[in-house]
This record gives sequence, C-alpha cells and structure tokens, in this order.
Amino acid sequence: MDVFVDAIKQAFHLLVSGDPYIWRIISRSLQVSGLAVLLGLLAGIPLGTWLGLTRFPGRGVAVALVNTGLALPPVVVGLFVYIILSRQGPLGSLGWLYTPGAMIAAQFVLAAPYVAAITLAAVQSVPPELRLQARALGASRWQAMLLHLREARLSLMAAVAAGFGAVISEVGAVIMVGGNIQGETRVITTAIVLETRRGRFATAMAFGLILLVIAFTANAFITRVQQAQPRRRRPLTS
Amino acid sequence: MFRAGSYVTALVVAFTLAPLSCDAGPREIVLASTTSTEDSGLFEELLPAFQRAHPEYRVRVIAVGSGEALRLAARGDADVVLAHSPRAEEEFMAAGHGESRRQVMFNDFVVVGPEDDPAGICGFLAAASALACIASSGALFISRGDESGTHARERDLWAEAGLQPRGDWYLEAGQGMGAVLMMASEKGAYTLSDRGTYLSMQDRLQLDVLVEGDPALRNQYSVIVVHDASNLAEARIFAEWITAPPAQALISEFGVGRFGRPLFSPSADSH
Repeated sequence: MDVFVDAIKQAFHLLVSGDPYIWRIISRSLQVSGLAVLLGLLAGIPLGTWLGLTRFPGRGVAVALVNTGLALPPVVVGLFVYIILSRQGPLGSLGWLYTPGAMIAAQFVLAAPYVAAITLAAVQSVPPELRLQARALGASRWQAMLLHLREARLSLMAAVAAGFGAVISEVGAVIMVGGNIQGETRVITTAIVLETRRGRFATAMAFGLILLVIAFTANAFITRVQQAQPRRRRPLTS
Repeated sequence: MFRAGSYVTALVVAFTLAPLSCDAGPREIVLASTTSTEDSGLFEELLPAFQRAHPEYRVRVIAVGSGEALRLAARGDADVVLAHSPRAEEEFMAAGHGESRRQVMFNDFVVVGPEDDPAGICGFLAAASALACIASSGALFISRGDESGTHARERDLWAEAGLQPRGDWYLEAGQGMGAVLMMASEKGAYTLSDRGTYLSMQDRLQLDVLVEGDPALRNQYSVIVVHDASNLAEARIFAEWITAPPAQALISEFGVGRFGRPLFSPSADSH
C-alpha cells in the first residue's frame, strides 16, 4: 500500500513542480482530443440532426449504425486508420502515420458517432410541435431547425463532453497510429503505459490523476445536463 | 438498447467467471521476457516443447523490455526472467534479486535503415561510427526509448561514439522492437534491432541491414531464477530445461526453415 501512497504523493509533486515533460504531454493530449471532438461535432451534429428530423427508407439501419459507432473498439479503429495511412495504404502519400494528424483522424472516427448519437437523441427529445409552431409563425425551415437545435443545446454540450471523455482516455488507437513518440505523439494514455512499464509509477500516477480529473469533469458536466433537463420542459402550447 | 445491454453484460460476466471457477489446473510459471524473443516467435516453438516435457506446468509469458522484466521480477511479479541486458542483469544479481543466472543463447544486433541508405552508412563496420554518421547526416533515427536491453545497447553505442543524441532527427518511441521496426520502415528511418526480430519481420519491412558483425553488437540472452519467486521450484525447472540439450537443440534450429538460418545460437554451458 505504501507504494501506492508514495506514488500519489510524488505525482502531486511532479504536477505542482510543473515538470515540462508532463505538461507537454498533457497539452498534446488536450490538443489532439480537442481537435478530434471539434471535427466530430462538425460531422456528427449535421448527421444526427438529419437522422433525427427526417424519415427515409433505411433510416433505421443508419440509426443502428450510428449507435454501433458508440461501441467501436479503439484498437480496430487504430488498425483501419493505420492501414489507410501506411505507406502502401490509399492515403499513404500524406505521410500522416506516426504524427498527431493520424491520432486526430483516429479519434475523430471514435468521437463522431458519440456526437451523432447524442444529437439524434437530443433532437428527437424536443417536441416536434416546436418546429411546426415556428413554421406556422413564419420561420423558414432553416430558422425552425436552428430553433430546434437551440432547444437541444444542453444535450449537444453533453455530446461534446461524452465524446471528449471517451477519446482522451483511449489508448488503443493512438498508440498504434501515433507511435508514442516523445515530444510528438506521446499523450497521457500512452505515457501511462510506457511509464508503468518503465516502473516509474509516480510519473504514471501523475498522468493518471490528470486523466481522472478530466474524466470526472466531463462526467460531472454530463450529469448536470441530465439533471437539469426535466426542469426545463415547459408546455409549448399555451 | 438497455435490455440488450444487460443481456450482453450477463453473458460477459458468465464467460469471465467460468474459467475462474475451475482453477485447479496446471501450476503457473510467470516468465518475464524481452519483446524481441516474443516478436521473433521463438516462444511459440519452445513453450509447447516445455509443455510436453512438463505437462503439469503452464508458462505465462510477459513480454516487456529487459529493464522492465528485471524490475517487475525485483518486485516479485515474475518467477523467471529471460533478458539481454548484461549490465542491468549484473546489477540485479548484485542486489540479491536473482538466485542464479545462466547463459541461454545469443544473436547479434544490427543497424537497419532504409534500402536506399540516405545517410550512406554502409561503408562502416563499427556500429558506433555508423551511428555518429547517421547523427551528422540528419537522417531519422528511432530509439526504442523504453529502457529495454536493445535501448541500453543503443545508449552504450552513442556513448562510445561520444554523442548525446538529441534533436528532431532522434525519435524516442517507447515501444517494443516490432513496433519500432514498423515505424522505421514507414518513416524511412534508421534503428538498432536484434537480428531475430528483424529477420522474422523482414518481408514486411522496407529496411536493410547496414551494419553488422561488430563485436560491440553481440547480444547475449541469459535466464535468471528470481530469488523471491512465488513459484521457485517451477522457475528452477524452467531454467534447467531451457539450458539443457533438448531445448538448446530447438533454439539452434529455430528459424532455419523460414529464414534459411537460425535466429539464435545456443550458448548454455553443458553441465
């Protein structure tokens, strides 16, 4: 047990002392996962909105696919992205493999379904009368849709938090396509793997604490959104 | 969605617990070994033979760098170690963590790099000067960076060359030998590899051997019985077995069928 307590103590020291090795890795992690989620929003919100507001043949399959995307195993995504970006792969000429770009691409694939699925659920939870009423009051289709999204905005923020929490704690894909190169593609999770292997538990623990704080913050946010939702529901027709 | 989820959970729990319930199986030996022996496929050949000779034991291999293998053995998380980091092994023995240490086999390290050799290191025979040449050419070099036996040897060679490798051209991967070779091949970079792992992956790599045969590149593997092993008797039996003639003969044949030459040379004292 002493080992554990010592590791936690030293971890705090490392974090407070502002060890550049640690903080560089943390900022790279935030950068990669942040960009991946941002791109995931750009793809996932339109997709989720479209699936939520339209009816077309095959929609059920599309929704199922998006929901399956929530459970995409990171290592499998890593494998696909690796093959696509490797020198013999279709996008090998980009030279992205073992760069942060490859990690962003892999985490984008993981994050986009989160955003799409939560957007879909959020959009469907807004009563459709809202849009009809807005249309009746003279709003254009776009205005009505934006109003609809505005009603769902808290859930959309939850989508961001959930997607971010998922990708930043993911190790399988980033270690494959990024390669864990120090100063370039080493992120919090791959650093934990390496430092634990090296037996440098305090350093690994410092990264672990940071990751826990990030995951906790993301989840606290989601919980707040979920708790707040019922109180916001007010009758739309008066 | 949620109902399906709980069925899946129940199934997963059932499958996970099932093997635990009947745990009176064979006795386990935890072998901490280097990634190079695992990546080369040697254990797939050796362990079934050990199993046939000693069906009552089961060997669990933890493939990590030599440094890590020794460290987790020192913590009591392994019973027997197969390592190739002589200096770290001597320290391990001196600290009293090891009960016995015996040579098992050797092969050699090679400096590999892109087939077109942009740094032009082919002319050198001495590994240290070749590394110095890579450093001055600005070509990429990928280091294991994981305190493995190969990493330790690489650092020795840099020291011999009188250089502190640092800069954009020097990448520390922090991964196993196989991953680093893939990375070197993809990036067109140089790296230091044990010959076994390199040969076993050669057909998937766009890398050539550029430096070999330097005595500084000899790669000696030893087996160490851990002093405080939780399965001490079993660890002794494994160390005994791997240094005995039948296993040594298997080692000398390993790789001949696939590569036309053995990947390791047996080197246990006959006794």
